Amino acid sequence: MKKVVEGSVAIAHAVKTIRPDVIAAYPITPQTHIVERLSEYIADGELKSEYVRADSEFSAISILVGASATGARTFTSTSSQGLALMHEVLFNASGMRLPIVMVVANRALSAPLNIWNDQQDSISQRDSGWIQLYAEDIQEAHDLTLQAYKISEDIEVRLPSMVCMDGFILTHAYEPVDLFEDEEVQKFLPPYDPKVYLTTEDPLTFGALATPEYYTEFRYVMQQAMERAKKKIRKVFTEFKEMFNRGEESLISLYKMEDADIAIITLGSLTSTVREAVDRLRDKGIKAGVVKIISYRPFPEEEIRKSLDKVNSFIVFEKDISLGHEGAVFTDVKSVVYHMKDRPSAFGFAVGLGGRDVRESTIEKLIVECIEGRKKEGFYFGDVKRVKEILK
Amino acid sequence: MMLFGPGHRACAGCGCAVTIRHVLEALEGKCFVVNSTGCMEVVSTPYPESSWEVPYIHSLFENASAVAAGIETALKSLSREHEGKVVVIAGDGATADIGVQTLSGMMFRGHDILYVCYDNEAYMNTGVQMSGLTPLGAHTTTSPAGKSIPGNLGPKKDMPAIALAHGAKYVATASMAFLADIKKKIRKARDITGPSYIQIHSTCVPGWGIDSARSVEIARLAVETGLYPIFEYENGQLVSVRKIKNRKPVEEYLKVQARFRHLFKDERGKEIIEKIQEIADYNAQYYGLDA
Amino acid sequence: MEVEITLGGVARPGTARKNKTGTWKVYMPVVDHKKCILCMRCLHNCPEPCITSVDDKIEIDLDYCKGCGICSSVCPVDAIDMVYEEK
Repeated sequence: MKKVVEGSVAIAHAVKTIRPDVIAAYPITPQTHIVERLSEYIADGELKSEYVRADSEFSAISILVGASATGARTFTSTSSQGLALMHEVLFNASGMRLPIVMVVANRALSAPLNIWNDQQDSISQRDSGWIQLYAEDIQEAHDLTLQAYKISEDIEVRLPSMVCMDGFILTHAYEPVDLFEDEEVQKFLPPYDPKVYLTTEDPLTFGALATPEYYTEFRYVMQQAMERAKKKIRKVFTEFKEMFNRGEESLISLYKMEDADIAIITLGSLTSTVREAVDRLRDKGIKAGVVKIISYRPFPEEEIRKSLDKVNSFIVFEKDISLGHEGAVFTDVKSVVYHMKDRPSAFGFAVGLGGRDVRESTIEKLIVECIEGRKKEGFYFGDVKRVKEILK
Repeated sequence: MMLFGPGHRACAGCGCAVTIRHVLEALEGKCFVVNSTGCMEVVSTPYPESSWEVPYIHSLFENASAVAAGIETALKSLSREHEGKVVVIAGDGATADIGVQTLSGMMFRGHDILYVCYDNEAYMNTGVQMSGLTPLGAHTTTSPAGKSIPGNLGPKKDMPAIALAHGAKYVATASMAFLADIKKKIRKARDITGPSYIQIHSTCVPGWGIDSARSVEIARLAVETGLYPIFEYENGQLVSVRKIKNRKPVEEYLKVQARFRHLFKDERGKEIIEKIQEIADYNAQYYGLDA
Repeated sequence: MEVEITLGGVARPGTARKNKTGTWKVYMPVVDHKKCILCMRCLHNCPEPCITSVDDKIEIDLDYCKGCGICSSVCPVDAIDMVYEEK
């Protein structure tokens, strides 16, 4: 069923077809439309989920910890400060191996207060043991929401997932979307079988204390699960493509990389802008290509290394910065090329922070500067104005 | 029926352990326990061991009410409500300080959850720091009795009143000195639908500086002096109080505990004791404690 | 050494029983069954709990008793003595 819908509505529709048992959420811009629409479905009797209006995002995710541990399929969504407020619970949910799925409408973090898009919120949670999938457009966000359940609920994975979509740019945009039919989703996603859950019939203890004798092994098995998640993501993507005839089969997506000398690496909606810039450069005879990261955690180490095998250089464009170092994605990509014999030159740019519009011309200009040797290898603010800082 | 322990690592003479086993026994094991971070969690669940024989989850310090709300909601969604009551077991710091928001949200939304606060009047697990339920005059490691400040200067936060203000259908206090009363109140709370709050005074041997053998006797003194009034509210109405015959002066309760020892050393301490007596007198009058 | 990590780190119920806390005690309770009136106060007030009533006789499981002395102090007929445990 193809319809022109708002990004948030597409997500709410996907969730409706997935039929979670429990939804708990707290409103925050720009995520709000998702939970408003879900509330409408429930009010109209179209969705039978239990919906809890939580007193904060911290409570919302905590409610899902309880619900998921009881064997329920769960959903929430949030943004920015809300995700930051969840921080402590994120580690708890993944540590207890609860397959919660959350859509993050990416937005900048305060201070200064800024409600517009960047990806600092979710990138800052990269170490929390959650799978992180980034959507380029509304269709992909809609599709990843379903795929995330199948990945997270798999017994060999059992880690929660974040589906990250750029706030406003995707949540508030209207695009034609091929929306799921109920029967398709029921066919694609098996019912959730929790295996271990809270029940008086077998009174298990969840959330035990692990002494130094065990803690390392808890983390080790989570790392193993992340490794297995890579395989599972590929499998689920492939199954999805077979059934729905769209999407990717890999943790990354390549564009014009077959003969590329330079790889432009990015994630989220920025990919579309980068692709346009690459097309323009191709017209000028510059052999550039695009590597889109779909799964940021687990990190597609093997895929990225393979994609960079023949390039002379790569440039990362990302909407976050690890203050005191550089862009987090840039660091991760560099770590992948460390062992390569002919290591490509590495450039990284933070762009689009706090909702600054990123234009193709800006991307194009920065790429040209790197190619022409006007920039040294390293990390830069890509679209910063001249600053006069006042320190008195 | 042993639903909590033996083999747990609580201190010898732990009042909270006595309280918890009676909470579980009253529910006959038909419950889901959500435990906040704290003494009772740490002593009972060193992986791969557990002292619990009921379904149990510990998530974080401040989110037990929210996790409980999630369990209650999931049981409803999965049509499994018949399995048992969802019960929060949380310490006084988790209840009155760090977890008060999630508790408020849970009560406001009207979840069918029994909230039990085992009140040993400080953060004991981390080494006896002051909490919102630490009583006036008590020495703790963050409200130490010093040369210019004689211990904690504030009264206990009135959590039962906060629960009542949320419209909790059943709100009660109890003491580990009166075990049958604990069981009676837990069963009453179990049988109503909606949020209920029970705060149970429980001793801490190292935190209070008491002789482990006198745990029960000292808990009883808190009640007999009027410092820990035992009452119950149903639908917002005070329906019963434990009456006291010949209410004892507060000194009898204070002098047997190291945390109040400094109050007996100087004039300033004497003034604090007078204020503590005023609290007991107020309780006696407000709740009608004197028989 | 191999360690078992369960899915989600769940622990089985009651498994702490293998932790014999009886080694903690300095004084141990000794019951005078002739004095005992089977009021069960000791049983109910035990924090472990490790006191049971078997065939109308109070039994204290010394494998778990930490020697706190509550049972002795709540006994209305002084039927439980705390005596120094020779090790």
